[in-house]
Parts: sequence; C-alpha cells; structure tokens
Amino acid sequence: MNLAIRDVRHNLGRFGLTALGIGLLLMIVMGMGGIYQGIVEDATLLVDELDADLWLVQAETRGPFAEVSRLAPTLEDRALAVPGVVSARRFATHTIQREHGGRQMRLVVVGLAWPQDRGEWLPLASGRRLAQARFEFVADESLGLSVGEKLRLGRDVYTVTGVTRHMIGTGGDGLAFFTVRDAQTIQFELSPEAIRFERESRRARAQDLDLGLTQPALLERAGRPVETLPAIGPAMVSAVLVDLGPGADGDAVRATFEGWPDVSTYTSDEQRSLLLEGPVDRARRQIGLFRALLVLISALVMALILYTLTLDKLHDIAMLKLIGARDRVILGLVLQEAFLLGAIGYVIAYVVGMQVYPFFPRRVIITNEMLIWLAGAVAVLCLIGSILGIWKAMRVQPNEVLS
Amino acid sequence: MNAPSDHPAIETRGLTKIYGSGNTEVRALRDVTFTLNRGEVVALLGPSGSGKSTLLGIVGLINAPTRGEVMLDGTPVYRDARALVDVRRYRRERIGFVFQKSNLIPFLSARENVQVALEIAGASGRNARRRSMELLETLGLSDRAHHLPRALSGGQQQRVAIARALANRPSLMLADEPTAALDSERGRQVMGLFRDLGHQQGAGVLVVTHDHRALDVFDRVLEMEDGLLRDATVSDLTAGATNVGGSQPGEA
Repeated sequence: MNLAIRDVRHNLGRFGLTALGIGLLLMIVMGMGGIYQGIVEDATLLVDELDADLWLVQAETRGPFAEVSRLAPTLEDRALAVPGVVSARRFATHTIQREHGGRQMRLVVVGLAWPQDRGEWLPLASGRRLAQARFEFVADESLGLSVGEKLRLGRDVYTVTGVTRHMIGTGGDGLAFFTVRDAQTIQFELSPEAIRFERESRRARAQDLDLGLTQPALLERAGRPVETLPAIGPAMVSAVLVDLGPGADGDAVRATFEGWPDVSTYTSDEQRSLLLEGPVDRARRQIGLFRALLVLISALVMALILYTLTLDKLHDIAMLKLIGARDRVILGLVLQEAFLLGAIGYVIAYVVGMQVYPFFPRRVIITNEMLIWLAGAVAVLCLIGSILGIWKAMRVQPNEVLS
Repeated sequence: MNAPSDHPAIETRGLTKIYGSGNTEVRALRDVTFTLNRGEVVALLGPSGSGKSTLLGIVGLINAPTRGEVMLDGTPVYRDARALVDVRRYRRERIGFVFQKSNLIPFLSARENVQVALEIAGASGRNARRRSMELLETLGLSDRAHHLPRALSGGQQQRVAIARALANRPSLMLADEPTAALDSERGRQVMGLFRDLGHQQGAGVLVVTHDHRALDVFDRVLEMEDGLLRDATVSDLTAGATNVGGSQPGEA
C-alpha cells in the first residue's frame, strides 16, 4: 500500500494547489533558461546564418555587433583580389526606430550584398526573397508586418516581399533584410538641407586637401550623390564577408588581410565568441544570476511546503512508528510526496510554459538539454527540500501518540 | 498469533521511571515488580498521574525505564534505560495497542488502517487485505471497510483500532482507557473482545481503565498510586458497580 498516494488523494485540493504554485515557480525557472538560450541564439543567429569564412571589419574594432564599424565599400573589390577568396559580400547593419501604423517599431536593418546575396538562406514563413535591387525587404514576423505591406523609411517606400520566423537581433528587435544600398540609404539619408550643408562641407574639405588641389575633377564631383564618391564619401558598410575557395589556405588569406592597416579580421567563430562575451554577456550573467536565485527560492519554498506537509502528519507518523513501521516506511512517505510534488510541478511548468512563452517579448527557447537539466534540478530540489521534513519525521517519538 | 510460550507475557523487576532532575524530578514509577501471564486479562487502575500510562509505555516498549528490568515472553528487552532488542520490531510483531482515542490514520480507509499494520509486519498486500476484511467482519464493520475514519462514529473508529491491534495476533495487548469514548453497550463488547483474546488466544492483556463497571471481566486487578503498584481485590473495587463485561473472569 502506498501511503504517499493515499495521503495525496486525501488532500487532493490542497496538494493540487501546492503543485500548481510549485509548477508556476518552475515555469519561471524554465522560462529564464529559455530566455537565456533565446538571447544566445538571437545574438549568434546572423553570424551563423551568413556563414562567412572571414569577417573584415573596421580596424581596431570588434565588428558591427559589438560597436560601430565603418568600412569603405571598395574593400569588397580589394578583398576579391586576394588569392583564395571566391566571394566578398558587403554587409551593413544598424537599428532604427520608426512609427508605423500608430505604434513605435524598432527594427534591425540588415543590408545584403545584392545581387550575390538575395536572402536565399532566410527561413521564410511566407512570401518570397528579394527580387530587385531597390525598395524591397524581407521582415521578421515579430515586426508585425505582412507580405505586400508598405513601409515608409525616410523619403522612400519599401515593400515587404517575405516574412521570416525567429530572425531576431541581439537586442531582441526583429530583423529586416534590405539590399546594402537600401540599408545605406536608410542609414545615411539626410534631409535636403543637411545634404546641401554636407556638399558645401565636402567642397571646403576638398579645397583644403592636396588631393583637391591636385585633382580639380574631385572638386567638381564633390557635389554629386554621396554613393558615387567612394574616395571622399563616408564609409558606408559595416563589414565585408569573405568566403574562401575550396583548398584555399585560410591562414595565408587571413595573414594578408591582417597586413592591411584599415581592417581587422575575424572568423565566424571569433565573431560568435565576441558576441557572447560582449553585448550578450551582461544580460546572460544577469539572467543566470536571476535564475540561480529562483532555483534557491524554489528550494526554500519546496522545503517549507514539504516541511509543513510533514508537520501535518506528525501524529500519524508517530502512530506508524508505534505500530512498528521501519524508518524506510516513514522516509518513503515523505520522499515520495516530495517527488510527486516535484513531478507534477514539473509537468505543470512544461505545459503552462509552452502556452505562455510565445507571448513573452523575447524569444524563449526550451531545448531538450534544458528540460533534462531542469528535471534533474527538480529531483535535487525535492531531495534537499525533504531534508527538513525527514529530519522532523525521524525525530518524532511513538510516545507522542499518547500525548 | 505468536506461538504461546511458558514464559510470562510481561515480567518486570524493580522498574523505576524518573522524569526531570533536581527540583523538578518526578518519580513516576517506584520499584515496580509484576508479572502478567499469557492468557491472563488484567486491569490496571489508579488515579490520574499515578503512573499507569508510564508503566504501559514501558512494557509496550514505547519508553525506556530509568532503572529496572523488563522481560517479554521471557526475553529481556530493557535493562535499566538500555534496550536489549529491536523495540520497534517487538512492537510490530508481538504487541497490540489500543488507546482512548482511536488514533486512526485519517487518509486511510478502515480496511487500510488495519492493512497497514499487517503490511508493516511483512504481510503481502493480498493476505493483508484478506485478513483485515476478516477482522472488520468479526467486529461488525465490513460494510464500513472503505470509509475514511471521519465517516465513522467514535465507536466504529475504536473497533477499527482494535482490529488494527489484533491484526498481527499479538502475544501482548495493551489498552489505555479503550472504552472511555464508548457507550456502555460498546464498552461491554470491547472488553469482551479483550477477554476472548486473552482466554481463547492466550495473549497477555493489560488494560488501563477507570471503568469499575467492567472489572468483572478481568482475572486480576492491579492498582497504582504514586508510582507504586499493588494487587487489588476485584470484589472490593466492584462493590456497587454495574457489571458491563457480562461474564466472570475465567468464564470464557
């Protein structure tokens, strides 16, 4: 006869409510782990999906995900000239916040190197990839945009051609994929007045430079659109992504790039590590700490509940001892209830969590490893939480029945 | 039931129990020496605080004496405060307890309350279920077997407690005011059960009681006062009391 099951059955309402409370607490512990995993995956998503062999970024910087990185667009052609390189793609990214449909919308603008990269690798939920060089983009579903919807950014209107799923930036904002040219326009577009000021400034700068004095044609071109002036225009791309050919000597190619004074070179793994150690690190540590505190609180709550459940049965335990019950019978009663509480709480945490997590503002990713870890943690919590109750139960004397 | 032996069910020598120390010292038992034979049904009388329950606790292996010796079925179980046997095992296998309150486990049904005692003693689930139903039938509770204690009357609860005490066929039955919560009819039935257990099944039965009406059930009466134990005469104590046992000692 299982005494624990019978006790639970007898106190079903109370036990159920307690299990629900434990379950909700465990759901938060599980959710914190899922948020942590989501942050890591969101942070490394682009690096993983772009899958470049080397990242060329502004010299002495850690790349566009860690800080501002500005490179001249001509770097793409220079990189292509290096033996072993089969492709070089311009890459631009920056975050903007605009009002759309009466709400504030933050989106991470990602510039893809048209026409080499049309977003073939994007996980589309609906619509299509980029099909033209200008005024189209693919948006993540978290932005709330649908295929065919138009979005005004600056003076231009862009049309959503496709919707991705789970393409989130480091800060939790949805990604929007444009061509690099559109991304640059969105980033650097100035008001007409600012453009006139910039042209005048550019002419003034060119006149003061030897370059301007020795090459008068440059002065003439200083007033043209900025993207036609790579020499004196601002650097417009965040990075250049380099792919190596089969059999290429990666170390040699990298050594070549590292000889260039205007770039720093990273592999995808290094970019990934920089992301995890950089912008994500503090959030990761904070969530880790919060999670550890939640586990501690769960342990205390479970210990208190199990202790109280045991206290309620002290007279019965004394009676069982009086009629000669072995310690293992008493131990089994307390432990089995603890594990039952933990198991039911765990199931509640999983079931409720799966319904609730999609509504969290940040992505919550629950992996099998995480579920196994939590199951182990719950088992340990049950064991630790039972210690106080077991200690109390073992101290009960059978003569307490007589009192 | 455990096989009857030639040894007394209980034998104590110089039993002393002291609670506290110094100014707060209380001598609950003073050099108590007595014997309870198997098949003997004995009443233990005395005013509150005289030491009856303390004596019951010691011979029931619930509490250890301060000094003295206790033997059950000829086996020394306590020498002074030291237990010489696995007392929990002795309680499990050889002693049945009934108290004033039924002390049933509230989350177990009547049958399960009996069954748990059998399973604790090592009976298989099937045998324990069968035996517990037999006992409940004997006590007229078969129709209440699946009810929880809270759904039973006080008398029914006490009968379930008695069934639990009888479950493992103890060689020693100890009862502390078992009829206090029962009406006279039920009280008579319970005392009759104890008498049968002693006389028909050869168990030693020691019953602490205040109920002078039932004294004619007992073979012998012991009286405690201030921790001292002495034999009392049934006729003296029952003078003027109503006979609730329905039979004289040794009748059954």
